[in-house]
Amino acid sequence: MKPYLREHVPSGIDDIPEATAYEAGYLVTKNAGWRNVKPVVDQARCVGCLQCYLHCPEGVIYKDHGKVSIDYDFCKGCGICRKICKLGAICMEPEKG
Amino acid sequence: MSLNAKTLCEDEFFYGHKACAGCGGSLAVRIALKVLGERSIAVLPAGCMSAVGFNFPQLCFGNNAIISTFAGTASMMTGIEAGLRAQGVTDYQVVGFAGDGGTADIGLQALSGAIDRNDDVLYICYDNEAYMNTGIQKSSLTPFGAKTTTTPAGQRIHGNVRQKKNMFEIVCAHGISYAATASIGYLNDFMNKVEKASKIKGTKYIHIIAPCPTGWGIASDETVAIAKEGVDCGLWYLAEYENNELILNYKPKQFSDIKEYVRKQGRFKHVSEEDMQIIVDSRDAKWAAINQNFKMG
Repeated sequence: MKPYLREHVPSGIDDIPEATAYEAGYLVTKNAGWRNVKPVVDQARCVGCLQCYLHCPEGVIYKDHGKVSIDYDFCKGCGICRKICKLGAICMEPEKG
Repeated sequence: MSLNAKTLCEDEFFYGHKACAGCGGSLAVRIALKVLGERSIAVLPAGCMSAVGFNFPQLCFGNNAIISTFAGTASMMTGIEAGLRAQGVTDYQVVGFAGDGGTADIGLQALSGAIDRNDDVLYICYDNEAYMNTGIQKSSLTPFGAKTTTTPAGQRIHGNVRQKKNMFEIVCAHGISYAATASIGYLNDFMNKVEKASKIKGTKYIHIIAPCPTGWGIASDETVAIAKEGVDCGLWYLAEYENNELILNYKPKQFSDIKEYVRKQGRFKHVSEEDMQIIVDSRDAKWAAINQNFKMG
């Protein structure tokens, strides 16, 4: 379970809650556009120690069949995962465009 | 079994937030919520974490979370805890996440009151050593020599002239049920302290150093490494307080080079050799006090 992207983006006057409360974990925008570089996991080198998953400020690195994968919708490309990886299994690649 | 990366809950409760890339504070909040789980109710005063977590309709907390007044983190926690208890709700943890300004300056009175009443809440201060959300102004937890917009580095005055307030021991002096210091450079230690605190009844306080790439003048991938270095060079320490005793959790065999830690950061760029000596001397004085007053854990 984690907050996820919704199809409906509240925008009209009817969408504004009457009290200052709303559904938890309601996401309407991605953070992918913040990135200049993106981390790429070399699955052959990854041993699943999970230190990148633990230290990611965004929580975008998740366990995947004994190794890790990255949710690029919300990764900001800070590079902490690359630095924490003792095996050099993560490299930063420039974003195109 | 102690908590680690493999045993930690896989759910994410702080996701899609708008913190700067490499933000240490958001890492502290994320990890604490993963330990506490979805039955925790988070209270956040004005500060980075409320600014980046609640931008309606982008709501980044997966658990119940609310923004409090700047000064009222602890008093709102008290109210929520009392309200839940009155309704007969069980199995919850009220947790607060306030920055260094919201804790040591603006929210100190409310925090002191909650500790005095021994309300059953967990207060976590993520300390990035200045008011980062409003553009880097000095707080009472800004260290000596650091440049902020209100303590600029000039020819005569080299950044902040005051020492960092000893917030951990101020809290301990209340006779609190449990208090601890932590660092995002030592996350295993932090996770286990959060878990331990959640099982103790009464007021708990955890003070975690969470570097801010923007305010400290470091690269976004340096946050965790610089936090670890801060502990290794002796400018921060990992300790606990319980049963009226101060306990040191980790004692570096030999301090790493303090100059290297300072020189890496843009906020200390102007620091002179004399300033550096003051930083070294204050560290040594602090550790003399720690060796005298803390039990070695």
